[in-house]
Amino acid sequence: MKYFLIIFLFFSLSLKAATIHVGKKHAIKSVKRGITLAKVGDTLIVHGGWYKEGNIIIDKKIVFLGKDLPVLDGEKKHEVLSIHADSVVVDGFKIIRSAYATITDPCGIKVYNKSHVLIQNNVLDDNFFGIYLQNSQNCIIKNNTLKAYGKEEQKLGNGIHCWKSKDILIIANRIDGHRDGIYFEFVTNSVIWRNIANNNIRYGLHFMFSNDDAYITNVFKNNGAGVAVMFTKNVKMFNNYFEENWGDSAYGLLLKEIADSYIFNNRFARNTSGIYMEGTSRIKVEKNSFESNGWGMKIQASCMENEIVNNNFLKNTFDISTNGSLVLNTFNENYWDKYEGYDLDKDGMGDVPYHPLSLFAVLTENTPSAMLLYRSFMITLLDKSEKVLPSITPDNFVDNKPLMKSLPL
Amino acid sequence: MNRIIKIILSDIIRNKIVLAYTLILSILSWSSFALEDNSAKGLLTILNVILFTVPLVSILFATIYLYNSAEFIELLLSQPIKRRKIWLSLFFGLSTAMVFAFFIGAGIPLLVNSPDSIGFMMLLNGCLISVIFVALAFLSSILTRDKAKGIGLAIMIWLYFALLFDGMVLFLLFQLAEYPIENMMVGITAFSPIDLARIQILLHLDVSAMMGYTGAIFKDFFGTTVGLLVSFVLLSLWAIIPFFISMRKFNKKDL
Repeated sequence: MKYFLIIFLFFSLSLKAATIHVGKKHAIKSVKRGITLAKVGDTLIVHGGWYKEGNIIIDKKIVFLGKDLPVLDGEKKHEVLSIHADSVVVDGFKIIRSAYATITDPCGIKVYNKSHVLIQNNVLDDNFFGIYLQNSQNCIIKNNTLKAYGKEEQKLGNGIHCWKSKDILIIANRIDGHRDGIYFEFVTNSVIWRNIANNNIRYGLHFMFSNDDAYITNVFKNNGAGVAVMFTKNVKMFNNYFEENWGDSAYGLLLKEIADSYIFNNRFARNTSGIYMEGTSRIKVEKNSFESNGWGMKIQASCMENEIVNNNFLKNTFDISTNGSLVLNTFNENYWDKYEGYDLDKDGMGDVPYHPLSLFAVLTENTPSAMLLYRSFMITLLDKSEKVLPSITPDNFVDNKPLMKSLPL
Repeated sequence: MNRIIKIILSDIIRNKIVLAYTLILSILSWSSFALEDNSAKGLLTILNVILFTVPLVSILFATIYLYNSAEFIELLLSQPIKRRKIWLSLFFGLSTAMVFAFFIGAGIPLLVNSPDSIGFMMLLNGCLISVIFVALAFLSSILTRDKAKGIGLAIMIWLYFALLFDGMVLFLLFQLAEYPIENMMVGITAFSPIDLARIQILLHLDVSAMMGYTGAIFKDFFGTTVGLLVSFVLLSLWAIIPFFISMRKFNKKDL
């Protein structure tokens, strides 16, 4: 009988999770009241409607579900949803109009120092910051759509902002019109997978001091300055699209002070600069495609021991450019569509080394207005003679085994 | 006037040089487009043709043709036809021939292989360059009676616009590199029809690079509708002004 009681008590404890409905047609009309009534482990279903309840705080472990996309409105005065508990699920809400403030950074959804939070299938519209993870672990942000409308950098927050977190998964979100689409600062061991970040005012993706992360199969298109990865090591970048990032300081991918990273199978198309590298070391750039960019890669003289292997350079105005004469990087077995050599032994690699750095790329680096003369016959002549006898361009800037045919990427 | 144009055109066709020019252009364009699976190399070849071959052939052929038809012109002048009409018909005949040669030789492969703004821009600029250099040929052939001198002058004009001008601009650029000369550079391009055409094409061909810092200045001017109109007006002026100067001289000339 004693054992039976214990088992009974155990089951009653574990089965007590209740479902609470919030909505116009239900007994509980207010989301806040629903949360107060809910116990740890309960499910709170919010039915479609417009809820203007200021700052909603979730302070216990609950499943917070929206049915028919209920709207939580911050009325430009409040942070909308604050999560102060572990293992909370937020699913299916439309969260709009968070406040704007520069000290507290009010958000659509903010997680405060917690872990195992799941945020999915939400629509965030016109918020200052979208989703903010502060000092959180093991969280998943999935299938959310974020949109903002500001024009100035100062008036906009980041779409998905993670600070001092680890083991984060960011999957299949769409971020449009924020300052930075996804922002990582001191975030480690995290994965960014299948997101689309377009039309953000600053960067599509912004990494700072975040080691051991990977971003895979994302699309970054038409952002103010492309994607920036800075002061970081061990970052993997696979299968991403970097497209149409146009402007003087816009780069498909900006690498600054990066080490030991791997850039594999990405596509850089129609950017002003495909990759810009500054102070990077021991990076492998392999099997990427650089197409129709102004500059395929800009490798500053401060970079060392980088390997650029098996890439396709097609239809770029300049394949490579640099700002000095020091070359500590290696180029091997890339395909350059401007290569004019021959292959007598038919091993698929050109017999004449290729100098990817054109004289004119160096000239425009020093005198940008020389761009006006590009493709003029005069310049073509100068370029040709420089290719034969390099005098201004560093002669060790060379691909010794240029491929004759483009790689199928 | 139509009848004179017809006579001139049939004479040019019988002459076969323009036909050969058309054939060479078309072999060059088709083969360079077929060379690779992307159209980049073909476009570059045609760009070089527009900037280099088209001006040379247009100015040389037109100059030599004008000198050789001196007797025909004298014969026409003995008829009751206005001098203005004769000179205009010659101009229309020659420029139609050159434009058609370019259109058939390079324009059709362009439209087939690159049916977008780049191809269209190149076609338009190539035709304009043909007409401009025919007009310059009229000027050089009216300036002197001596055939050798006239042809020499034509070659000089071509050399100046195709090579020297860019060399001078490059020199200026490096001498004045410390000064904000970008806007001035935009103005200077107006002094060479080849440069005007080249920049028009460049803005479509290298659009990504042109979005950079200085590129943006050029794009702000040439890329806008106003800039586009201005540069086409300038190109047309490059055809109209030399031709009108030559016509005024022809009207008063003692032949």
